[in-house]
Amino acid sequence: MPQRRDFLKGLGGATLALAGDALMPSLARAVGGQYDALAAAPLELLTGKRPLIRRTYRPPNFETPVHYFNEVFTPNDAFFVRYHLANIPLVDGKSWRLRVEGDAVKNVSEFSLETLLRGFEQVEIAAVNQCAGNRRGLFEPRAPGVQWGHGAMGNARWSGVRLADVLRRVGFRNGALEVAFDGADAPLVAKTPDFIKSLPLWKALDEDTIIAFEMNGEPLPHWNGYPARLVVPGWTATYWVKHLVSIRVGLKPYDGFWMSTAYRVPKGAFLATREFSSQTGEANTPVTELVVNSLLTNVKDHDEFLLHRQIEVKGIAWDGGYGIQKVEVSKDDGRSWTTAELDGDHGRYSWRPWSFRFAPLEKGNHVLLAKATNRNGDTQGNKLILNPAGYHHNLVQRVRFNVV
Amino acid sequence: MNKSTALSAWTTTLRLLCLFAFSAAALAEENTLKLQEAPGKDLIETHCRTCHSLDYIEMNAGILDAAGWKKSVNKMIDVMGAPILPGEVPGIVTYLHQSYGKARE
Repeated sequence: MPQRRDFLKGLGGATLALAGDALMPSLARAVGGQYDALAAAPLELLTGKRPLIRRTYRPPNFETPVHYFNEVFTPNDAFFVRYHLANIPLVDGKSWRLRVEGDAVKNVSEFSLETLLRGFEQVEIAAVNQCAGNRRGLFEPRAPGVQWGHGAMGNARWSGVRLADVLRRVGFRNGALEVAFDGADAPLVAKTPDFIKSLPLWKALDEDTIIAFEMNGEPLPHWNGYPARLVVPGWTATYWVKHLVSIRVGLKPYDGFWMSTAYRVPKGAFLATREFSSQTGEANTPVTELVVNSLLTNVKDHDEFLLHRQIEVKGIAWDGGYGIQKVEVSKDDGRSWTTAELDGDHGRYSWRPWSFRFAPLEKGNHVLLAKATNRNGDTQGNKLILNPAGYHHNLVQRVRFNVV
Repeated sequence: MNKSTALSAWTTTLRLLCLFAFSAAALAEENTLKLQEAPGKDLIETHCRTCHSLDYIEMNAGILDAAGWKKSVNKMIDVMGAPILPGEVPGIVTYLHQSYGKARE
């Protein structure tokens, strides 16, 4: 059973001292042109986190302010939080068990944290964890749902054990088709569909898909899935099930609401090298791979710069794991483009920091653009690929700045 | 807010407090959310906040027209299992559309 006391102990005394008045929201607000539509959400504290941008209290949906993305790895206490269901228990790591079951499993098994850590090789991978609906709030026409800005994502070093090693240990039958994952979070009304996600067997067996216990060298924070979450590098965060308690290997497609109806995109609208064929219907298919994307992290709308004074623009670029080939920047609203300098490479699933220096030669209003291209040649466009639920926003970003 | 609605709101609050003692402070903040005053607000406060905070409604202001809000309410009933009576649906949809609906062109 989840234990509140143990979890609080894990958070340390400083957090305990915060209980009460200190948890009241601070009133800082996001500012700037392209953030205007989203500016109403204040920064607020979720227990154990630094102030984040609150979209909703319950289930908690809080996004990371963009300035944190100037660091390669997003601090755990600034990492975004997204839940679908509001009954979120505090899981006790000591009594936690992971059950591996299903009609395609040979030996139904249960693992404790200790048996997983001792029994399997431990691996670490850097990967972007990005909500499929990140930037939904920037869709035009607007799309209903959580109105995220740029911060429903983060980059971290995830460590744990390979899902494939665990699945091979328990054994699965020929004909195993999908692997479904359930977390300890649950609905408040019995009829609400539990949040369960499935992967095709081939993705579950990918050596980069892991059951993670740590991010950035620390145990997963409660709000990011303590004590164990699935990490599916290259795929949208909807598959990265938190507080993982059950893994079900099945012979049939998993047909729950969160697979069959939610998180789907029109067939053929987005590139993915391999289709999730057992879940593809006549009109739509699950949202899977991240699309190529980039973000300016140290400049925002209405920033002022001095004439002839050098500016260093910084940003990040990422994709579904093919690797970033180049990032181009335009300081004249797209008339000409210059290649930015790519900084340290932390692996193909991590985002890639980049930088670009220039000195403005004219006073007045300017528009800065950035676009990334991956090693497949996929790039960002100027026209949004519309889809009803507002997924995969990767328009070329435009930042208006003034030179004085 | 009439007496029974107030009582129901408190029952919801107490239930939530039991479930998430850890989030008591967040719940206190959630309870400061104020929806627009209009007929039907009591229905929203009774039903919608059982499963989610009311900022979900404010966040989607201006996006859905009457048909869109109706679809959303029906999804809550048919898919999410919200215990809303058929007779209550028109009042809820009218409130959502009039207070948080898409502006007419």
